[in-house]
Amino acid sequence: MSLALRMERVTFGYGHGPPVLRGLELAVQRGEFVAIAGPNGGGKTTLVRLVVGLEQPTSGRIELLARKVGYLPQRAQAGIDAPLTVRELVTTGRASRTRLIGPLGAADRETVREAIERVGLVPQADRRLSTLSGGQQQRAFIAKALAAEPELLVLDEPTTGVDVEAQEAIALLLQRLRRELEMTILYVSHEFGAVERFVERIVLVRGEIVFDGPPESLPAVWHDPSHVHA
Amino acid sequence: MLDLEFMRLAFGAGIVVGLLAPAVGFFLVQRRLSLIGDGIGHVAFAGVALGYLLDLPLVLTALVVSILGALSIEGLRARRRTAGDQALALVFYTGIAGGVVLVSAAGALNVNLFQFLFGSILTVTRGDLVVIAALGAGALALIALLYRPLVAVVVDEEGARVAGLPVAPLNALTAALAAVTIALSMRVVGILLIAALMVLPVIAAARIAWSMRSTVVIAMGIGLASVLAGITTAYYADLPPGGTTVLVAAAAVLAAEAVSVLRA
Repeated sequence: MSLALRMERVTFGYGHGPPVLRGLELAVQRGEFVAIAGPNGGGKTTLVRLVVGLEQPTSGRIELLARKVGYLPQRAQAGIDAPLTVRELVTTGRASRTRLIGPLGAADRETVREAIERVGLVPQADRRLSTLSGGQQQRAFIAKALAAEPELLVLDEPTTGVDVEAQEAIALLLQRLRRELEMTILYVSHEFGAVERFVERIVLVRGEIVFDGPPESLPAVWHDPSHVHA
Repeated sequence: MLDLEFMRLAFGAGIVVGLLAPAVGFFLVQRRLSLIGDGIGHVAFAGVALGYLLDLPLVLTALVVSILGALSIEGLRARRRTAGDQALALVFYTGIAGGVVLVSAAGALNVNLFQFLFGSILTVTRGDLVVIAALGAGALALIALLYRPLVAVVVDEEGARVAGLPVAPLNALTAALAAVTIALSMRVVGILLIAALMVLPVIAAARIAWSMRSTVVIAMGIGLASVLAGITTAYYADLPPGGTTVLVAAAAVLAAEAVSVLRA
């Protein structure tokens, strides 16, 4: 198996402030489904922002070997006031794979349709996003990321604000997508109980990586990451 | 009414601005930069003043200074050194203060600044109309061609950045389009009211539209109808065209809200 991502001795701090992440060493193989967990303020979001290139490390090296990255930011749906439909949202995810100018071609429209189908939103494709449930909105954003046909899918707290059933449905969906599309998935969660059964590896972050391994090896005291202590 | 050449010219300029202002305003509203039009409008005032000082065409100097102001706001916002509203405030007040000082330096404080502040569409010349039509058509064509990436940035700026879209140039283009719209609209609704024509039709359209694309089209329709109804009403009722146009657009927001409530 080849690598999708490698971080070596990565340290990062905002502005001139103290480092929020120190000495990160992380290698993710292609096709892995990895949960990034940890307490609020532990640096999970910062870690994935470094991975996708939205932040640059203060020191150390990040090598992104996956060719195309799909990124679902935290509370993505919160910024949407526009009356856009599911299809319009997913179409925006295709923009990076097409020429900038002009309308979408037939093949790209078909890729958009497939992405909508993969997340099970065909009946809602032409409905306004604002009329859908929180779980459906998140699935629409996952379809948007899929429209770019990414090798690496990075999701930052995709289940925030959705009920337990929808959380499980999203985790199952991601598990299926990973199998069908052979994608690598990084899944950030501060309450990883919902995804623990679906991932094969958990990386626990609290300023540094304090655990990296299969969920079954996670010490009992860390099962609730909001109570991680030094 | 259309027998009069100044009315035909007024309608010509009004049609271009009525279509262009909401088309550009759509992207500003979705990016929660509704008030940027006001900020750039104040900078345009400094441009008009500079035109008086240097004895250059006022639309030209307003256009150049507006584009510089718009790019400054976007640059400050993008570098995150200044919050969006603070960047706007900085350019906003610098523009209006600079305008007053420059007009004074040009010895032109006694000129009729009212026509630029609140519009003077009945004074549009054939030359003005050619400039407004050419630049307006160019701006609308750019929006049509780059609609997909512009929407992608509006919907999810960070996602677009990660996907490799040229986010900074697209945001700069939106700011520049806003500046062009304001410079072209000075005569129609005036510097102080142009932001309303960029924002109100979009707010109204969003209440009744069923998709993003339909929002843009309906907003352009409301913008056009507001200008045509505004000029016509102003002609027959002897009212200022700029203010009347904006009041029609405001009425469209109320009507759209009523439709939205009734439908729910």
